[in-house]
Amino acid sequence: MTQAAASQQMIPERRQLAPYLLTLPALLLFVGIVLVPIAMTVLLSFHDWGQYKGIEPVLILKNWREVASDGYFHEMFLRTFRIALLVTLLTAALGAPEAYILSRMRAPWRGIFLLVVLGPLLISVVARTLGWALLFGGSSGVVNKALINLGLISAPLPFMFTETGVVVALTHVLMPFMVLAVWAALQQLDPQIENAAASLGAGQATILRRIVLPQIVPGVLSGAIIVFALAASAFATPAIIGGRRLKVAATLAYDEFLNTLNWPLGAAVATLLLVALIAIVVGSNRLVERRYAEVFR
Amino acid sequence: MSRNGPLALAFHALFIVFMLAPILIVCAVAFTPEGYLSFPTRGLSLRWFKAIARYPEFVTAFWTSIWLGLVSSAIALGLSVPAALAIARHDFRGREAITALFMSPLMIPHVVLGIAFLRFFTQIGLGNTFLGLALAHIVVVFPFALRLTLASAIGTDRAIEQAAVSLGSSDWVVFRRITLPLIMPGVMSGWALAFIQSFDEVTMTVFIAAPGTETLPVRMFLYIQDNIDPLVTSVSAAVIALTTVLLIVLDRVYGLDRLLIGRGSEEG
Repeated sequence: MTQAAASQQMIPERRQLAPYLLTLPALLLFVGIVLVPIAMTVLLSFHDWGQYKGIEPVLILKNWREVASDGYFHEMFLRTFRIALLVTLLTAALGAPEAYILSRMRAPWRGIFLLVVLGPLLISVVARTLGWALLFGGSSGVVNKALINLGLISAPLPFMFTETGVVVALTHVLMPFMVLAVWAALQQLDPQIENAAASLGAGQATILRRIVLPQIVPGVLSGAIIVFALAASAFATPAIIGGRRLKVAATLAYDEFLNTLNWPLGAAVATLLLVALIAIVVGSNRLVERRYAEVFR
Repeated sequence: MSRNGPLALAFHALFIVFMLAPILIVCAVAFTPEGYLSFPTRGLSLRWFKAIARYPEFVTAFWTSIWLGLVSSAIALGLSVPAALAIARHDFRGREAITALFMSPLMIPHVVLGIAFLRFFTQIGLGNTFLGLALAHIVVVFPFALRLTLASAIGTDRAIEQAAVSLGSSDWVVFRRITLPLIMPGVMSGWALAFIQSFDEVTMTVFIAAPGTETLPVRMFLYIQDNIDPLVTSVSAAVIALTTVLLIVLDRVYGLDRLLIGRGSEEG
């Protein structure tokens, strides 16, 4: 038997084992450092806690009852998802047209502006949020001055420590994800279809509405899912712009863990956020896939 | 000449102003000669950049972030290359589940990861240690490393490897001399992206970093929570400058859109 034949015979058997051996180190790390800690957190949410006794490893529903019955938590979760929804709508309304405009630009400009729009994604979110805090900065802030000078408003608007401010800053922080998602969809678009429509006498508006828009909708939707999930779990921006009183799920969990030290309650809030987001993301992914599976069939 | 109409270009101009304004104002305010926040400033001064050196907390945090970024991205890459080769080239049971698990840090809110790590590390005695921080960061940057190595592993031409095998090369030689050089662009970009992700991470790290292991973004965040002054602005401006240089290099080498498409991460 030649060597080549021998090695070919060995491949099937080796192939059974090889992928597992290759993924094993990373797999061990993920089981140990992701799955176990998450399971422990879920378990923690059922433990009891007292100011003096600390965490008691029992299985009770106390924290879950508190989250379910206390109006404070309802308001906080409502605010979290309201902010996330507004940010999602704003990024879609502004990011999708911008991605389309970018895709129609010419060689040097296209690359430069793509860098300007996507680049902030890699710049520290703390630095970017600081920028918004500086722009808002009380009644004398740059944004208010500009809006008054433009005659759009007569009195300064409160941005710091308000939901409006959090929504504006988060829209900026998460915008690149939307542009990126729509951009990815636009890359798949065949320019010949637009040209064909134009040659058949379609106007610019018709092309946009009948050709471009339907094709980028999946991109907008997948961008919306990412933006919504990230906005609902955002931490640094709501903490800096929203301040200590305007709590969202992530900042509240942080408070429970590092200030109040009621870890079980914080774990319950975090678990609820995790479950709600997974349900929303998986659910909407399914919907999008089903809807577009039918369209393309 | 652009194919965009005047209305589209006006929208585009406003959009760019919106995207750049907060970044530019940080840089502008950082050069203030005054002792307080002021914009627009009279004159420019490096006063607040020089002041950074007098605050060891920021300097220490900066080096912690650099080390953490280097260590965690290097280990994440080391783990992701064999995993990517397995996922790209083998059809095995549990392949989808394993890939989903590896990508899960993108789906799980970082605040939840932070809480989970805090609880877990305190229980096993790794609380407030660099090792704990590094383990957490490896997991969080792993999806970025994996995605880019996976993309280049799928794109390689296997005929070259088969030729080497048929000429009698051992598996290890094929990997070192052929496969690794072929996937190197993806590996290097994955490493750079993983490093930046680790360097910028704040939401998860704020839970597990303690004085002594604080990273730069965490230090900045905690500082801003107390007060905003020109000092933290100049630190931010320095971070922005550093990232921008890396960003432009990455864009030149790999293309920013290619690097980022399909990703989703902790932000905000």
